[in-house]
Amino acid sequence: MLKMNTKKKLTDTNLLLLITIVVFFVMYIGAMIFLGEGFLKTQTFFNILNANAALLIVSCGMSLVMITGGIDISVGGVAALVSMCCAVYLDHKGGNIFVSILIAVGIGLAFGLVQGFLIAYLDVQPFIVTLAGMFFARGMTTIVNTNPFNVANEKFVALKDTRIVVPFMGSTNRLGKYVDAYIQIGVVVAILVVILMYFMLKWTKQGRNFYAVGGNSQSALMLGINVKKTKFISYVISGLLAGIGGYVYFLYVGSGSASHASGMEMNAIASSIIGGTMLTGGVGNIVGTLFGVLSLSTIKNIVSSAGLGDAWWTNITIALMLCLFLVIQSVVMARKKRGLKKS
Amino acid sequence: MNAKVSKKFSISELVMKLVRHQLFIPIAALLLLAIFNLINDPSFYKVTLGYSSTGDPVLSGYPITILDFGSELAILAIGMTLVTAATGGQDISVGATIAISGSVVLRMLCGPDGRAETMQMPIVVAFLISCVVAMLCGAFNGVLVAYFKIQPMVATLILYTAGRSIAAWINNNRLPIVKEESFKVFGGFIPGIPIPTPFFIALACIILMTLVLRFTNLKLYTQAVGINESSARLNGLNPAMIKFITFVILGICVAVAGLIKVSRLSTINYSVVAKDIEMDAILAVALGGNALSGGKFSMGASILGAYVIQFLTTTLYKLEVPSDALSAYKAIVVILLVVMSAPTVRKWFSDLGKKLKAKASVKEVG
Repeated sequence: MLKMNTKKKLTDTNLLLLITIVVFFVMYIGAMIFLGEGFLKTQTFFNILNANAALLIVSCGMSLVMITGGIDISVGGVAALVSMCCAVYLDHKGGNIFVSILIAVGIGLAFGLVQGFLIAYLDVQPFIVTLAGMFFARGMTTIVNTNPFNVANEKFVALKDTRIVVPFMGSTNRLGKYVDAYIQIGVVVAILVVILMYFMLKWTKQGRNFYAVGGNSQSALMLGINVKKTKFISYVISGLLAGIGGYVYFLYVGSGSASHASGMEMNAIASSIIGGTMLTGGVGNIVGTLFGVLSLSTIKNIVSSAGLGDAWWTNITIALMLCLFLVIQSVVMARKKRGLKKS
Repeated sequence: MNAKVSKKFSISELVMKLVRHQLFIPIAALLLLAIFNLINDPSFYKVTLGYSSTGDPVLSGYPITILDFGSELAILAIGMTLVTAATGGQDISVGATIAISGSVVLRMLCGPDGRAETMQMPIVVAFLISCVVAMLCGAFNGVLVAYFKIQPMVATLILYTAGRSIAAWINNNRLPIVKEESFKVFGGFIPGIPIPTPFFIALACIILMTLVLRFTNLKLYTQAVGINESSARLNGLNPAMIKFITFVILGICVAVAGLIKVSRLSTINYSVVAKDIEMDAILAVALGGNALSGGKFSMGASILGAYVIQFLTTTLYKLEVPSDALSAYKAIVVILLVVMSAPTVRKWFSDLGKKLKAKASVKEVG
């Protein structure tokens, strides 16, 4: 895709995507050279994946909503609510895992359906609805259970500790022994979600509708696309992915707490924007989102391994990065407008 | 509320007129809450006059709490209303910016190591410095929104995430404590006056804002920009500048609220101070019947809205709802409010009204 476009002209989508991919590789290679040690091991990369699988899943939903021209900031709250509900169900009620997955998906779907209905069919501003959704989810999390606790359900812990070995990617440790590289179940789910979303957005009719509605909902309407339904579906999918992402997050941390997944909505929005999804809608790519998540988590790792371990540095760097990419987008948009005027 | 009611108006028209008045929603909500509390527990309204440790008269009771904490919110609502009117979006970084400006005040008063026994400078100077910092934060948001054309809520999301971290960084994550009693005046009581000081500060802000709105074109210009940016531009206004100014004004409001917040405790808790206050401020604007999509606004309605929100919060506290769970209830109120004011729902209601009327007239004719 990139080859074809360098011949012609870089489109906005590809320009933004290219920037992201370059930024990621520059950052990772820079980290390898200057920080060395940890970053040279393949397992470090897989650990980044393990820790951010949930963010990746949630970001895919976020990108979809943003491509359709909206925004969903309830995802972090939903993830926290999902992990708390599942934790309470598994630990206090001794339930089984399949039902807990159903609970997670159900909560996500419920949020998606309600928010989607309010935004698409009642024309309420997406930011207000999802902000309320976020506060509702956070409040409900404390209502379900106030104190944080670990889940001791045996089957769940077994599932949580399942390691999938990645062949040929291991490294030798200090004693010269070969250690397998591993990923967790969450990563597999996340990769599946990325692939599904990529194909859906690229090659299905519904997928193209999202871009059409986000680009210009008026013309989409004239083309005979059901704009309201498209918006509705985007929020439902985002809610669903927030539910799944919440479960993957739960699988990673293995506990329930009201402060879980705090700032996840921010990270998801930042990843999407860094990945080249435009806030104005109509432009975006799941591959970009994947690299957005990777860039974001790499920079987090770099910040913490560069000795700036205090929690506030991570937040400030993420905010700076988001700011930078927002400005780049704004400049790209201005350039595009000027281009249109000239032609 | 309606001064002239001639006999020509039938009762239903009068009711419709009342319902359409902007102050209807906040006043109706206020009455609803007031009646609920009266039925639930009349002692809610009990105000007692006590004496503080220094022997000054102090009023206490739930209504005073509402007056006290509602005032912070009212100050924020002033700025938030302007931002909402001009940009059609809201600033969600106010809580984080309060943390920043409060942190600056403490840093200035307690010195770099945060251990000074006496105040390092007059409170007024420290406050003015925090004002400048808060205005810079507002200006940062304003530049992103006005000149880079980023949606207000996303632009302010940057400070929303980073703000509390920056606040902690300003004081090197220490918790400075102001030891002098005179600093407590702003969030407590002026010696000899039993009404909480925040109320007077809010009153001063309200009077100042009323004068500004009365004698400058600020109101007209913000509304013009909010209603139609390009036509405002064609009329010779500079929309970007006006949006920018509203954010800076919000910055000043935030600095005032920040001073009250740190004065209450004489110290600061970075992760908890003014938590979720952005939600309350937005809620106050919405409850005041102002369109969250920008345009016309009524400052009085927003301020009333702020006190009603505090009334709601205090009522929920009275019902022993834990503070972390409050947001869930408020979220429901927000959703109800925005759904009621959504154009689609309004149209549906007015259609329903017309249908009912048509039926009634058919009956009368029949």
